[in-house]
Amino acid sequence: MHPAPSVILFTALSGLGFGMLASLGLGNPDVTGLSAFIFFALAFALTIGGLLASVFHLGNPKNAIKAFSQWRSSWLSREGILSVLALSIMGIYAIGAIFLGVRWHVLGATGAILSVATVFTTSMIYTQLKSIPRWNHWNTPVLFLSLTIAGGALMTGQVRCAIAALIIAGVIQIVTWYMGDRRFAARASTIGTATGLGDIGQVRMFEPPHTGTNYLLSEMVYVVGRKHGQKLRVIALGLMVVLPVILLCLSQDHFTGAIAVISHLIGVFVSRWLFFAQAEHVVGLYYGQR
Amino acid sequence: MTSLGTESKVQLGLVIDLDTCVGCHACVIACKGWNTENYGTALSDMDAYGEKPSGTFLNRVHSYEVQPDTGAAQTVHFPKSCLHCTDAPCVTVCPTGASYKRAEDGIVLVNEDACMGCGLCAWACPYGARELDKAAGVMKKCTLCVDRIYNENLPEEDREPACVRTCPAGARHFGDLADEDSAVSKLVSERGGMDLMPELGTRPVNKYLPPRPKDTGEEIDILAPLLAPVATEASGFLGWLDRTLEKI
Ligand code: SF4
Ligand code: SF4
Ligand code: SF4
Repeated sequence: MHPAPSVILFTALSGLGFGMLASLGLGNPDVTGLSAFIFFALAFALTIGGLLASVFHLGNPKNAIKAFSQWRSSWLSREGILSVLALSIMGIYAIGAIFLGVRWHVLGATGAILSVATVFTTSMIYTQLKSIPRWNHWNTPVLFLSLTIAGGALMTGQVRCAIAALIIAGVIQIVTWYMGDRRFAARASTIGTATGLGDIGQVRMFEPPHTGTNYLLSEMVYVVGRKHGQKLRVIALGLMVVLPVILLCLSQDHFTGAIAVISHLIGVFVSRWLFFAQAEHVVGLYYGQR
Repeated sequence: MTSLGTESKVQLGLVIDLDTCVGCHACVIACKGWNTENYGTALSDMDAYGEKPSGTFLNRVHSYEVQPDTGAAQTVHFPKSCLHCTDAPCVTVCPTGASYKRAEDGIVLVNEDACMGCGLCAWACPYGARELDKAAGVMKKCTLCVDRIYNENLPEEDREPACVRTCPAGARHFGDLADEDSAVSKLVSERGGMDLMPELGTRPVNKYLPPRPKDTGEEIDILAPLLAPVATEASGFLGWLDRTLEKI
């Protein structure tokens, strides 16, 4: 799948932002006044920035408002509704914490649950697609949620929690890669089943339907950079998990914390790039590719 | 509404004969010609006369080579457009309600006035049957020529999809696949019509008729008996010449 920068930014930033909101909603750290303002401003900037980036991905954004209508069947619609709900409730909670110096616990807990639920719906947009076997598995939501929790703990300075959550997220990431590499074969879709000609013999593409490229090839048969996959995985894991964990173990001042956060964020970007670039859509079979 | 309601009693679709298709691409052109000036926005082309032309098409013809275990390989031309799936994954993922499957005849359509161009339905389709138009930013797909098949302004013989109407080889058939007695359903049962990627559970309405098995018996040459030499042993002067030359 084409790793569009808008979608990578959207999923990575909003995932981190909602993780922060969830942590803040549960009172970690228990802040009010100016320091609460700084935490909430950062969290809202990440989530809203991410959501705005996703709008750039649309071909016809003027109809975006209609995306709230199909929550009965569509995960994308559910995500839209939950994100607005989570942000509104956390907004009210933030006003209380910043200006009135009070923490409304029930409201905060509700906002935290909604924030995590929003990330779950984001992950389900990908998980539901049978046409992309790598994503079509429970480990997609588990990975997204574990990264959100780890990122949220890291961003809100919950050091011990962050170290544990980062290690867990790293393990889940490795398991996801390992299992994901085997999923396309397990789905058993081949050029033979795609064309129905497999019963006759070996099928091979003789001529593509068009000489140039098209939407299908650029969007769904993106193969550029796959050969660097293993190296990029090592880089992603190193920046996302290993380096932040080492830094947090060594020292806990603000500067080290900031480096750990930046490293984690870049690592998540690389991991998300791979999430898209390594995902093979079955339509590639019609073009003799994966 | 992008939930799939109860299954419609009529399931209009295409039956494509892979034995007959000659890969002429006439259906591709007829489809683009009709649909660029009818239902919804035009099917745009990008850089049409430049170095890297590309464009939106609702029907495309691939060509494959199939090599059986024994015998010669065969070439199969393979037209592909929306299969109007019964369990259409492209419909349920749509957040805006733009994608829907019609209750009355099972045609899967996009309401372009509601589409926000997110592309998720194209991701959900295993068959590459949906293309986001670069110029209009909305999703395009085969409409089964919904604006022809019921169109009383057209002569009766033209009330079928443009691709079916134009196919010079008669490789494309249109009809109700939910009706067991329809011509298309009979064709499907006679010729072993098949689903594409049945393992994905989309239950396509469109069916493909596999190429008929190639002859495997001995080659029959109808002219051979007429050309067989009449005399096997030469006699007379030629016989003498033959024997004499043999001895030298
Ligand atoms: S072929 Fe693709 S676009 Fe057409 S109904 Fe099936 S899933 Fe949807
Ligand atoms: S591109 Fe349009 S039709 Fe397709 S899922 Fe998005 S809004 Fe629906
Ligand atoms: S017009 Fe008919 S013969 Fe020509 S490519 Fe299309 S289906 Fe095949």
